[in-house]
Amino acid sequence: MFDKTLAELAGGLAAGDFSSVELTRSYLDRIKAEDPAYNSYITVTEEQALAQARAADELRAAGQAQVFTGLPVAHKDIFCTQGVRTSCASRILDNFIAPYDATLIRKFNDAGAVMLGKTNMDEFAMGSSNESSFYGPSRNPWDVERVPGGSSGGSAAAVAARLAPAATGTDTGGSIRQPAALCGITGLKPTYGRVSRYGMIAFASSLDQAGPMARSAEDCALMLGVMAGFDPLDSTSVEREVPDYSLTLNDSLEGLRIGLPKEYFSADLNPAIAEQVQHAVREFEKLGASVKEISLPNTGLAVPAYYIIAPAEASSNLSRFDGVRYGYRCEDPKDLEDLYKRSRGEGFGDEVKRRIMVGTYALSAGYYDAYYRKAQQVRRLIQQDFICALADVDVIMGPTTPQPAFRLGEKTSDPVQMYMEDIYTLALNLAGLPGMSIPCGQSNGLPVGLQIIGDYFSEAKLLNVAHRFQQATDWHKQAPASVKG
Amino acid sequence: MALERSDVEKIAHLARLQIREDEIPGYTGTLSNILALVDQLQAVDTDGVEPMSHPLDAVQRLRADDVTEPDQRENLQSVAPAVENGLFLVPKVIE
Repeated sequence: MFDKTLAELAGGLAAGDFSSVELTRSYLDRIKAEDPAYNSYITVTEEQALAQARAADELRAAGQAQVFTGLPVAHKDIFCTQGVRTSCASRILDNFIAPYDATLIRKFNDAGAVMLGKTNMDEFAMGSSNESSFYGPSRNPWDVERVPGGSSGGSAAAVAARLAPAATGTDTGGSIRQPAALCGITGLKPTYGRVSRYGMIAFASSLDQAGPMARSAEDCALMLGVMAGFDPLDSTSVEREVPDYSLTLNDSLEGLRIGLPKEYFSADLNPAIAEQVQHAVREFEKLGASVKEISLPNTGLAVPAYYIIAPAEASSNLSRFDGVRYGYRCEDPKDLEDLYKRSRGEGFGDEVKRRIMVGTYALSAGYYDAYYRKAQQVRRLIQQDFICALADVDVIMGPTTPQPAFRLGEKTSDPVQMYMEDIYTLALNLAGLPGMSIPCGQSNGLPVGLQIIGDYFSEAKLLNVAHRFQQATDWHKQAPASVKG
Repeated sequence: MALERSDVEKIAHLARLQIREDEIPGYTGTLSNILALVDQLQAVDTDGVEPMSHPLDAVQRLRADDVTEPDQRENLQSVAPAVENGLFLVPKVIE
């Protein structure tokens, strides 16, 4: 049962092989038994899950089931869930019971999905290893001494450990693609504005986007179909029709033009990863694609531009956590300023405080032009690189990460070293483009991710490209040794 | 650029973050490293480049000026640390 994909589980439910209650119960039991090793969930919502499963089974009995009815999923703990703690993996929201549902949650509820629980993450999605979580790090099912990546590390670990068939994530600088790569699963970061951000706790508003994390492109297509769409409650949500992502999965790749950016295959890249990625590209050639080298000359500027824009926007967004209206409040504040400073100082972890301070500095009087405005100009240069490249090729491919999963604690002492982990993923968020990571090989028993980047709103094409690869290969079917059986 | 201890204290105050004395040297070091990283941008020629604030260069959508939100005060205040008579309680602000 746990090795089945969402699509297979949907078939099993429709055929009456098992009920949603049985399916949900078995996942809940498995989480209880196995998750202590991975810490992939912050909150397991057993009662709600079983209630949703019962409702789904009743709908099916009444002949009103949709494709997603009764399918269990896990949600990153960044999405507000009414009546359920929504912590963003921070002490400052440890006691926060969301008074409303995020649009994404409502859409899954409306589709008849069952929420198994809320997954672990880096605090406020700031991190690439899950180690900044207030609830302790999640661990990589391929090697529990290694990180699952971040910030959607709990979602990736849960899917890889078969503790959820699929999960939601968010991606501000690589937070879906990087953990998907490190945990050997499939993840998609949609075009900026494709999925509503209403009720998704904001980190960097001009970069944040939610997306699916699952075991296959086919499953990501099912998930994105539920998630995508216009929402008047999110002012950056795009009014544009949502295609049926499942319909075009099997389209031929004959004539597909693939670009390989030479900057993504530089000395920073682990040779084993370069080899696996090249191997995957040859697989696409067999499927009828043509390959050419391209250049994204401003690639090296993505990390510095990102580390101005993201912290600047974060410092503004996180000013709402003030100890007054919700969340953690310090003991016995002596005046209002003390209340703000201690509630925030005690409530936020180190990395979050660091980013708030970088952002505050970049936006402070006299520095705005030199930092934020400059970074926004560089951001346009980075976007232009992609627009030029995508005039000549249909998709861009390269590594998702410079190396496989690293050890816990390996990069925590030097934030800048941690930031370089996202060297291949950040640029996409700056440009607002969609991208995927799919498993394409292994290095010393650890998964390697292939990144596939497309033009704005080309999610259907990306899923098609990924699906055809997954029809021809079985990297996405590999499971960590510890979770077999 | 390298920050001084006093810079970190000033930034922390602007951000309304209490930083313990013993944490200041650590933050001074890591923040200086991060600023050295982002200072790479200063060497880039961006003359005449329009700053990009939105990937799709979209403009803010406006809605009709109608009353659409019901009163949710009780629901929203149910998660507040301290309320009284429908108001958020904070330490005395005016002497």
